[in-house]
Amino acid sequence: MKRQIPLLAAAALLSAAPAIAADAPTDPQIAHIAYTAGAIDIDAAKQALSKTHDKAVHDFAAQMVRDHEAVNAKALALVKKLHVTPQDNPTSQNLTKGAKAERAKLAKLSGAAFDREYVANEVAYHKTVNGALESTLIPSAKNGELKSLLETGLTLFREHQAHAEQVAKELK
Amino acid sequence: MRMRRRPLYAAGVGALLLAHSPAAAAPRTYTVVIDKLKFGPLPAQLRKGDTILWVNKDMLRHTATAADRSFDVDLQPGKTGKTLLGKTGTFPFLCRFHPGMRGVLQVK
Repeated sequence: MKRQIPLLAAAALLSAAPAIAADAPTDPQIAHIAYTAGAIDIDAAKQALSKTHDKAVHDFAAQMVRDHEAVNAKALALVKKLHVTPQDNPTSQNLTKGAKAERAKLAKLSGAAFDREYVANEVAYHKTVNGALESTLIPSAKNGELKSLLETGLTLFREHQAHAEQVAKELK
Repeated sequence: MRMRRRPLYAAGVGALLLAHSPAAAAPRTYTVVIDKLKFGPLPAQLRKGDTILWVNKDMLRHTATAADRSFDVDLQPGKTGKTLLGKTGTFPFLCRFHPGMRGVLQVK
């Protein structure tokens, strides 16, 4: 039974479908997934900052670094305070695997092609993570402070998604 | 030189006006707290000359930016900033980084 938990969460993340998991991810797994999702976006933004020449894309990426670093710092402080050890799980692993592939794809692109792919992926990525937060991670979180941080995260990442969509429109 | 004298002159006139209008309420400072991507309750009885003290309790960098750009305050996490309400009117504002965060100041 236990092995199914992360798989359900993974399915929810990947499809962004409103999956109501019979077995929910645990708080240590949720913390790991949330932190990993943030770290991935920071890495992607740093790659963009080193490659883009577009001001709107640059500003967006700089904000992704700033906001996600702030949330992840808060998340680290919280797990420390709660004496929770984030637990690796297939959802986190799938996220990392997907990010690695996207990073390799972006590495081969430059100029406008890079900008378009980076921003399009940011739209899709935030959409996926927001879907997972809404349908699985927030409802499953047991600790009140963790739940509250995830809720603030969702508000923030919706802003990011809207921002990415705006930049994507400008790039067309 | 001209530019530098103006504020002094303006301040002088202001002081004069205040001195001759004992009925006018003294300017007040109102605090607006920002947390979890929201501007907290906004003061309702704002008057020209009042000041807003923005307190950013959030983990994120925000701004308080008027739609007409009459004010634009950069607010680092845990920091504060001030806006002097120098004119009457209705001032919609938002955070430039998170434009879902917004509010309206009514200054009489």
